Amino acid sequence: MFEICFPEFLGARCIVSQALFGQLLIGLINGSFYALLSLGLAVIFGMLNIINFAHGAQYMMGAFVAFFLLQYVGLNYWYALVIAPIAVGAFGVLLERLFLQWLYKLDHLYGLLLTFGLALIVEGLFRNQFGSSGLPYRVPDQLQGGQNLGFMFLPNYRAWVIVFSLAVCLITWYVIERTKLGSYLRAATENPTLVRAFGINVPRMITLTYGFGVGLAALAGVMAAPIYSVSPQMGSHLIIVVFAVVVIGGMGSIMGAIVTGFGLGLIEGLTKVFFPEASNTVIFIIMAIVLLIRPAGLFGRRA
Amino acid sequence: MAVTSAPIAAAGRQGQSWSHVIAFVVMVGFFAIAPLFIYPLFLMKALCFALFACAFNLLLGYVGLLSFGHALYFGWASYLSAYAAKAWGFPPEFAILTGAATAAVLGLIAGSIAIRRQGIYFAMITLALAQMMYFFAVQAPFTGGEDGIQSVPRGWLFGLFDLRDQMTMYIAVLTIFLACFLLIYRIINSPFGEVLKAIRENEQRAISLGYKTDRYKLMAFVLSATFAGVAGATKAIVFQLASLTDVDWPMSGEVVLMALVGGLGTVFGPVAGAFIVVAMQNYLAQVGQWVLVIQGIIFVLCVLLFRRGVVGELAHYLRIRL
Amino acid sequence: MKRIVSLAALAAVLACGTAQAQMSDGVIKIGVMNDMSGTYADLTGPGSVVAAQMAVEDFGAAAKGLKVEIVGADHQNKPDVGSNVVRQWIDRDKVDVIVDVPTSSVALAVNQIVKDKNKVFLVSGAAASDLTGKACSPNTIHWTYDTWALANGTGNAIVKTGGKSWFFLTADYAFGHALERDTAAVVEKNGGKVVGRVRHPFPATDFSSFLLQAQSSKAQIIGLANAGADTTNAIKQASEFGITKAGQNLAALLIFISDVKSLGLQTAQGLIFTEAWYWDLNDANREFAKKFAARNRGIYPSMIHAGVYSAVTHYLKAVSELKSDADGKAVVAKMKSMPTQDPLFGKGTVRADGRKIHPMYLFEVKKPAESKGPWDLYKLRATIPTEEAFRPIKDGGCPLVSG
Repeated sequence: MFEICFPEFLGARCIVSQALFGQLLIGLINGSFYALLSLGLAVIFGMLNIINFAHGAQYMMGAFVAFFLLQYVGLNYWYALVIAPIAVGAFGVLLERLFLQWLYKLDHLYGLLLTFGLALIVEGLFRNQFGSSGLPYRVPDQLQGGQNLGFMFLPNYRAWVIVFSLAVCLITWYVIERTKLGSYLRAATENPTLVRAFGINVPRMITLTYGFGVGLAALAGVMAAPIYSVSPQMGSHLIIVVFAVVVIGGMGSIMGAIVTGFGLGLIEGLTKVFFPEASNTVIFIIMAIVLLIRPAGLFGRRA
Repeated sequence: MAVTSAPIAAAGRQGQSWSHVIAFVVMVGFFAIAPLFIYPLFLMKALCFALFACAFNLLLGYVGLLSFGHALYFGWASYLSAYAAKAWGFPPEFAILTGAATAAVLGLIAGSIAIRRQGIYFAMITLALAQMMYFFAVQAPFTGGEDGIQSVPRGWLFGLFDLRDQMTMYIAVLTIFLACFLLIYRIINSPFGEVLKAIRENEQRAISLGYKTDRYKLMAFVLSATFAGVAGATKAIVFQLASLTDVDWPMSGEVVLMALVGGLGTVFGPVAGAFIVVAMQNYLAQVGQWVLVIQGIIFVLCVLLFRRGVVGELAHYLRIRL
Repeated sequence: MKRIVSLAALAAVLACGTAQAQMSDGVIKIGVMNDMSGTYADLTGPGSVVAAQMAVEDFGAAAKGLKVEIVGADHQNKPDVGSNVVRQWIDRDKVDVIVDVPTSSVALAVNQIVKDKNKVFLVSGAAASDLTGKACSPNTIHWTYDTWALANGTGNAIVKTGGKSWFFLTADYAFGHALERDTAAVVEKNGGKVVGRVRHPFPATDFSSFLLQAQSSKAQIIGLANAGADTTNAIKQASEFGITKAGQNLAALLIFISDVKSLGLQTAQGLIFTEAWYWDLNDANREFAKKFAARNRGIYPSMIHAGVYSAVTHYLKAVSELKSDADGKAVVAKMKSMPTQDPLFGKGTVRADGRKIHPMYLFEVKKPAESKGPWDLYKLRATIPTEEAFRPIKDGGCPLVSG
């Protein structure tokens, strides 16, 4: 056990190393939400060339579906973990068929504007229906309690969040980068006409990719439900931070999105200890610095 | 900035400018009689937002850069103008200038970071930077946090006109709006403006023609931020307050909506769009909680069906430029 | 055009007795403005309109020959929207009194306008203690609660029951700082000690890091100097990290019944805080709550709703004695000179600085086993007597009383 001290301009705080481990671990937990959400954005962007502004709203919908299932159908967290991404993903498919597909030939900015409008509608409807004070959602029984790690008390649920989201991220990466399906996807991004010539239904692939990305957001929402209150505005602030994460990582690579997500979670966690006043802004500051040094982002390819 | 040797200067535009003149006369006429039948405070609010939307449109409509963080300049200018008027006792004209200068400086800093990326990235970066400055506004002691800066004195314009009088204030706001509107019009139709349009159409070609497009984009960004700042600073004086609402991201979304509804890249579109959106917020207060949903629906409809916006569609129908 | 900003569905002419010539335009028009759709909608919102209507009915306005009309509007928590609505209400729609108005930025803006136009402003929703301090006005009465009263009530009572060492989790903006400062002063005055604090950005979603810092401080009490979603998230995560189980107690400095309801008893149990009113305190309150809930989608009244009821009742009394609602200052002066008396807050007075005073109550959230119904949430820990509940008039710096 040792102490780490920081100079005057960082608040001259000292912290015991053990507490530091705890803070790092917590940073990693928050990072897993950034990773999941930026992964979804990257997948959608890769295929559709659209920045999905509705991602935050879809994350919120995931949490609400979990709440409905428990409240009205009596299905617990574990069912929600499967059903919510599918349900919200299906909603995404619907949106893509109804609206987004008409925009692919236009400037990408219209996709951003359209999804922004969709986000407003969804958030507004939920607010009208459920108010905004937030709804309770319990940690599932199997994950109640926690482990005393010596340097901190780690709730079982938080441990589960790290493990599970890491697993989801890695599986997604594997599917896209290492399987045949993934190679179609990547090829369709590069040259849709050629891939179509091979007899692959590219529009359907695009639709399903959007649905999948949306499903990832909903999954993150279900995971967030027991930690944060389930409320209509839970996604709108988060999405802006996730945008910054995406800019820092550059949307070129799946692994980049994952690594940046977790990494920024860690950095943010440290800021909360040494300079808590800046913990809301640190990611944006990093973004500005990265842009000045490496405009394409850490993992991005120069367009 | 050297803009003298612009090879694609305003060519073939003169024949069309009569439609602008007529539209301008109609607009001024409307504003002259409007206070007789529309509540002046509402008109002033709409005028401030109309200027804000014009400033935004300068960037998106004429350079093709979508800034999703224009609340930053609008809101911070309103804070500084309110603070200057209240704490330093500045007269209104200097308070507004202080706000505009603040916006220009912020625009220069944010612009030089944001123009390093294009398209969607540009939008996300401007949004993120604006959010960062929003958090600063929350924390900074001088902004009063959630309370905002209240009871800002309207004061005497040039020491001559008592702005506490509603009509005097209205005339002052209208003058500021019209002056800025004409200035923006002048910029759009200057050789500099033509280069901006060239960048919008094809940046690579503009570069190959020897233009340092980054410098042009930055200049346009700073101008846009400055005009947004004038709008925000004026609003602070009119409403005698500055608050977090004006720096928060929904405000950035609203100005996009105004420009989109009115018509991107049209001269008069943002003005019409601002009036429509502000009127909607005010007059639809009966349906209070539905404002957000209605705004979203309008966004979706505009993107899918009316990408030209109200004024753009009208101009298209009449086969003129507006 | 007359209906511009009125919620048409809610506007109701409640009595149409003989119009009295003394009333400006013959009608007493009450404008209830608050957050109808956002963060504070459950706490204030349409419920406040219901409360105002009930006050008018119970007062028997019709029988007394008063014509009263109520309009409602949504300020969307935006001060410019709020001031626009209020100016139009006063200038065109001849509204005589503005009621409720949560969100301090809007309340402070309205405070100024009402003073300029010499109408009446009855604040129930806003917390800013500046309304009876630096910004006090001869046209404004701050009815239900304020930040000082909450900080004082909670800080005082907890230190007296043994919670001597405190750690503050403070929202990093003016409001949070003020709440922390006021509470810390009370804690230290009563012999308690502040062992540390951490300022978290506003708004924040994840509090675990700050909670761990609070935990390692070993303070007995963790004071939450924040509000709304920040407070509920912090409480939720404190329970998750076993902080309350390990023996530290949370004290929320600004929390309402709607927040407790949304947290659920399982998470919120044991939480200590101050409020001005609770529906289950006595028979009169229970009766009011039952009638209120039936008209408000089953949602029980908050202290803000009760405050609206009480304030409107007292206003109507003053106006009917004066037989005029034209001069806002005169009405408020009359309200200050008469003792207040209504079923919900009992007897009370309005001070010269515009502060309505009454007892405050320290509550603790029940354990799930103790609760007998969905709205059975609090148990009473202590009553803070009227004379101690609010900031002494001399400390506020209100220009109305200092000279």
